[in-house]
Amino acid sequence: MEAGGDKPRVGVDEWVANVEGRLERRTGFAGLARRIDEFVPPWTRLVLFAVIAASLPLWMGRGDLFAYGIFTLVYVLLGLGLNIVVGYAGLLDLGYVAFFGFGAYFYALLSSEHYGLHWPSAVSFPVVVVSTALLGLVLGIPSRRLLGDYLAIVTLFFGQAFVVFVNAANPTVRGKGLTGGPNGIADIDPNDLFGYELTTRRQQYWFILAVVLLVLIGLHFLSESRTGRAWRALREDPLAAEAMSIPVNRLKLMAFAFGAGIAGLTGCIFAAVLTAVTSGNFALPILITIYAIVILGGIGSLTGVVIGAIVINVSFQFLAPENPQNNARILFYAVIVLLLVLSLRPWWRLAAVLGGTIAFGLVAHTLAEAISPSWTAGPVVEGGRFAHVISDWVIIPAGHERFANVAYIALIVAVLAVTRIHGWWRTLLLIPTVYLAAVVWETSFVEQPAVARWILFGALLVTLMTVRPQGLLGTPRVEIV
Amino acid sequence: MALPLAFNVELFIQLLVSGITLGSLYALIALGYTMVYGILKLLNFAHGDVYMIGAFAGYGVLTLLGGPLSPNIAIAPLIVLMFLVAMIASGLLGVAIERFAYRPLREAPRIAPLISALGVSFFLQNSALLLFGAQFRSYNSFVLGSKNPEFFEPGPLTDALFVVKNVNVQLIQVIVLSTTVGLMVALTVLVAKTQIGKAMRATSYDREAAAMMGIDTDRVIATTFFIGSLLAGAAGVMFGLLFSQVFHFMGFLAGLKGFTAAVVGGIGSIPGAMLGGLLVGLAESFAGGYLGGRWSDLTVFGILILVLLVRPSGLLGTRAIQKV
Repeated sequence: MEAGGDKPRVGVDEWVANVEGRLERRTGFAGLARRIDEFVPPWTRLVLFAVIAASLPLWMGRGDLFAYGIFTLVYVLLGLGLNIVVGYAGLLDLGYVAFFGFGAYFYALLSSEHYGLHWPSAVSFPVVVVSTALLGLVLGIPSRRLLGDYLAIVTLFFGQAFVVFVNAANPTVRGKGLTGGPNGIADIDPNDLFGYELTTRRQQYWFILAVVLLVLIGLHFLSESRTGRAWRALREDPLAAEAMSIPVNRLKLMAFAFGAGIAGLTGCIFAAVLTAVTSGNFALPILITIYAIVILGGIGSLTGVVIGAIVINVSFQFLAPENPQNNARILFYAVIVLLLVLSLRPWWRLAAVLGGTIAFGLVAHTLAEAISPSWTAGPVVEGGRFAHVISDWVIIPAGHERFANVAYIALIVAVLAVTRIHGWWRTLLLIPTVYLAAVVWETSFVEQPAVARWILFGALLVTLMTVRPQGLLGTPRVEIV
Repeated sequence: MALPLAFNVELFIQLLVSGITLGSLYALIALGYTMVYGILKLLNFAHGDVYMIGAFAGYGVLTLLGGPLSPNIAIAPLIVLMFLVAMIASGLLGVAIERFAYRPLREAPRIAPLISALGVSFFLQNSALLLFGAQFRSYNSFVLGSKNPEFFEPGPLTDALFVVKNVNVQLIQVIVLSTTVGLMVALTVLVAKTQIGKAMRATSYDREAAAMMGIDTDRVIATTFFIGSLLAGAAGVMFGLLFSQVFHFMGFLAGLKGFTAAVVGGIGSIPGAMLGGLLVGLAESFAGGYLGGRWSDLTVFGILILVLLVRPSGLLGTRAIQKV
């Protein structure tokens, strides 16, 4: 019971009445983000997002618009669909990416040279979306009987089976392989607006943006509707929801179908933008990415999904193998410094860690060089003045494969140790940990940024779950005492 | 996919033998799933990757001791050492995973530890990719201990130990089967007779009540993870010895099949996991032999879906009573 409150009123549980106050008491960055989120009304947010997003093509190059603009919007759509299943209804759907793939392949079959069908988007979109939603319904039927965990595994198997089917089974229909096997399907028509083909990147971007805005508006109303509230009730406590005569099974199926439908819609757009589909686009890593988006932003929050998609896709593109290594490097160091700034206070503790790390690196580098020059003779991967500074600070031995592996394992151990100890020792241990992170980056991550990003995404999921399961903007679960 | 006209005894026995070996491997993986599920009601998606790390630990021992072509020590202690190191490494990894990824989520909504498990699995897979590279690593068990490895003369592991109706039974298959049986007997005794086994059963029955009775449930859960992961590590080395190849992605499919075995037998039940493993191994082997290789995986998953729809509690499982 809160001290200093009014006299308890009859019929009002003090604990429940104080929930809002407890939720508000969040401090730090997450609390700030949450307060801003609550302060700005949803429509203002939407208009703000629309204006900023719509102006993007005016100053962005074509390649960047594709990588940063279009892909972010595709991830926003995917995140919004998954958010219905996981965020609203609380069902763990590990086959979600297969619906995306199904939509993309179905669109590819209807509107490409593969079978000579060239259905206009106005026809193929509804067909694909409805059939993907129906597929979701069919897959959702087991969830009526199965416990939550079994659902996860059945859907995981479904996702795996989809990839196997597309890749290996590839049944022959009308004289050629239905899915094209490992080669996939190429030469897919662009989307069209009632006959007007969207061929340039700008047109495609604005088209997807319009779709995203429509879906966002639709989902906003949906989440405020009876159905949306019933889904949240179901997520919090299925048993209590059922006792309140909420049709639990029907709602689960609906969530599945809605999520699948949005994934199918995204598939249509994705296939048309890429003009080719292969099974690799719909495998496990993409699923993890979508989960990271939904969880980072905050399960059940629309704004959260948009923010999560932007953050994840931008870092994803920075870590793409074809991108200049220096961008990824700057992002990496920036994130580390940002994390330290957010988690260390008061400021002198932060200063101590940052200064200590720099000093530690210089000492370690000098020592290593004094012992044997070959210990620091390794090449630093491209980059301007920054890389030059790095090479005087980080130990990069001349053939460093084994060193890199040892450093990686040491980093994992150090990070785990940091989470276990507290007080001054933690601050002290942070110094070598941060330095080790830099060493690992320069010796192994920089050479395999694609692997590095999956490792970081995996770690992100675990960290978010243990530290802040509701994500940045999600509602913390109210514990029933 | 022509059905054999005459019943081929040799093929049948061949498939039976490989099915039983494969099945004992899946049973070991399934035990880890089932024990963890029994005690925490958690699907440990990372279990398959613990198995993968076990296989790599065995490979590491092999490489450190001179490599498969010219091992520095005799083959029997070498194999024992590989098993021991892999089992302990996997066991410790399992305890670490539990400590850092699952324990903070004890009171969280059900979905949180599942997502965390997914993250751990992904993290381990890609860490292995970073550390060991994308290429397949070979145990070379075919020539392991052979006198003339350069002439591909089979070593003692893959040489025929005895012959049944023209079918060679290899030493390694006998080793796998007997190790599995030994581990299972040890596990059964541990769970049924010892104090920690009793504590495990109590914790899985009702964690809160067990804690109130003075059982250190955190320790019991950590022990469960240690034992389950230890068995997975042993299975990893067995896979390496049987099929020679280990790679970073091997845990995914093996994990799915081990899970299938656990569910088919009845998740939460230890004898069920053994039975399920055997069934899955035999189904895979026979489907592969009679229907063709690409049907073996689909058969296994088909069995899973069927069992889930017809008898969700599995063959030996008890119907869970949901408490209100």
